[in-house]
Amino acid sequence: MATMTGRFNKGRWLTGALLAPTSAWFLFMLIMPMVVVAVFSFGERSLEGGYVASFTFDQYANLPTRLTAFKNTMIYAPLGTLASLLIAYPLAYYLAVKVTPKWKLLLLVLVIVPFWTSLLIRTYAWIFILGGKGIPSLLALVGIEGVRLINTPFAVVVGIIYGYLPLMVFPIYVSLEKLDKRLLEAASDLGSTPFRSFMQITLPLSMPGMVTGCMVVFILLMGEFLIPAFLGGGKVFFIGNALVDLFLQSRNWPFGSAVAITLVAIMLVTVSLYMRFAMGGKAERDVSVM
Amino acid sequence: MRIYSIIVYLFLYVPIGIIVLFSFNAGRHASQFQGFSIKWYGKALANPFMMDALTTSLIIALSAAFLSSLMGTTAALALQRMRGPMKALFDGMIYVAIMIPGIVIGIATLVALVTVFDFLNPLLAAIWPEGVKPPKMSLGYASVIAAHTLFTMSLVILLVRARIDGMDRSLIEASQDLYATPWQTFRQVTLPQIFPAILAGFLLSFTFSFDDFIISFFVAGTNSTLPMYVFSSIRRGITPEVNAIGTMVLGVSLTLLIFAQYLLRAREPKRVNAD
Repeated sequence: MATMTGRFNKGRWLTGALLAPTSAWFLFMLIMPMVVVAVFSFGERSLEGGYVASFTFDQYANLPTRLTAFKNTMIYAPLGTLASLLIAYPLAYYLAVKVTPKWKLLLLVLVIVPFWTSLLIRTYAWIFILGGKGIPSLLALVGIEGVRLINTPFAVVVGIIYGYLPLMVFPIYVSLEKLDKRLLEAASDLGSTPFRSFMQITLPLSMPGMVTGCMVVFILLMGEFLIPAFLGGGKVFFIGNALVDLFLQSRNWPFGSAVAITLVAIMLVTVSLYMRFAMGGKAERDVSVM
Repeated sequence: MRIYSIIVYLFLYVPIGIIVLFSFNAGRHASQFQGFSIKWYGKALANPFMMDALTTSLIIALSAAFLSSLMGTTAALALQRMRGPMKALFDGMIYVAIMIPGIVIGIATLVALVTVFDFLNPLLAAIWPEGVKPPKMSLGYASVIAAHTLFTMSLVILLVRARIDGMDRSLIEASQDLYATPWQTFRQVTLPQIFPAILAGFLLSFTFSFDDFIISFFVAGTNSTLPMYVFSSIRRGITPEVNAIGTMVLGVSLTLLIFAQYLLRAREPKRVNAD
């Protein structure tokens, strides 16, 4: 008995020791900072720009001054997510159903690789392509003059699709891959048309992948800074751009904190509503990264 | 369907190709190709600001990757022994750390660290012996490494845990039946099997940290990482030199990624030595 408890305690002690650095990290780099930002958001700004401890809702009352940033984010983040979904689905379907196993791995890796390379550099390529000397000059050669692409909502949406497509393809691919092909055979044996089989079997069964993909892309888009900064040219800006301005340029940390907390709150509310609406809360938890 | 896929792949890779192509542009103008040359690579490598930023990025990425693989692996091993609400709490934190946008991490770390430093610096100055300059804590390498590690550590936990779940348990039982101590079992059975996942985690962590812009932008203080340098250069105007730097950055990520993919897909772990 004594040895049993001895071993049990030793095991628990070891588990605790192994987990200690990670716990410290979560505590000091995730929980504590979020609490500090929440506290700041109820504070006041001193004349020199610093933080003065206080408990006021003034910062939150000020939020409408940044309404455009919120509005843009809430328009273009869902729009970009939807556009990525529509473009990603056929590709994911092709990879999961049509491609031979020999090519599958290579093609899949080719989709994922761009996501792991610098978004900064990949986005900046589009300044080039959409800028005056890029596509507009090619269009001018065939007689279509005066097309302006850079610094428009269109450029921002293209940048979003380009940046986040890999993240959308992968979860949809995983759920389509798991789909039992015998279901489709059974449907066709029972006289279903391919279109009807797709609508009634494939599409509903790939729902978890679509929900996961949309959720991941949407959350990351809510905090996007680079794409609107490069391709929106000060006309199409997101909450992320407002936050950079508030924290690094105009240095109004209490107000910036209120904006950040509001962003996180919108994110949490949208995602939980979306999960309830789309899945009855059963979205896939395994957000795969590779 | 096939044509559609080819178009999507072109969409994904043509912009990267354009950057690579124009980095070899002999001309000074970014938008007209005037012959092949590697002179911009020479210019970039001789640029002291770019080399400083590169060194900073390498130090940060190596430290973050090392810390993450170490802490991520120990945490994955510990979590595998746990059940119940504590495990659920950790799982929740791991997903939050991975999902939360980088900009939120950047802001939270900036505000929290500056607050803590403002509190600790006068304290340090007060207890420091007379005549000796007290240390002053400020944002720098350590804050970027710490903030990157939050994300990359969680990533390593997921990768290593997936490997542990797919591991052959009978080997561990066999090792215990043959009177190996827990440490021997870990060293000779578990570690060789999870090592590819740890190494892949290291490489992915390095890639993430090396490529990150937004977190560093908030917490790097007066230092500049390579993505920050590229960002400010682009703001001043696109030059072939920026293309050359971009091509090199893409090259580093691609090499590491292909290696990481290879490690994660290699199904057959090395045979465990009997001795």
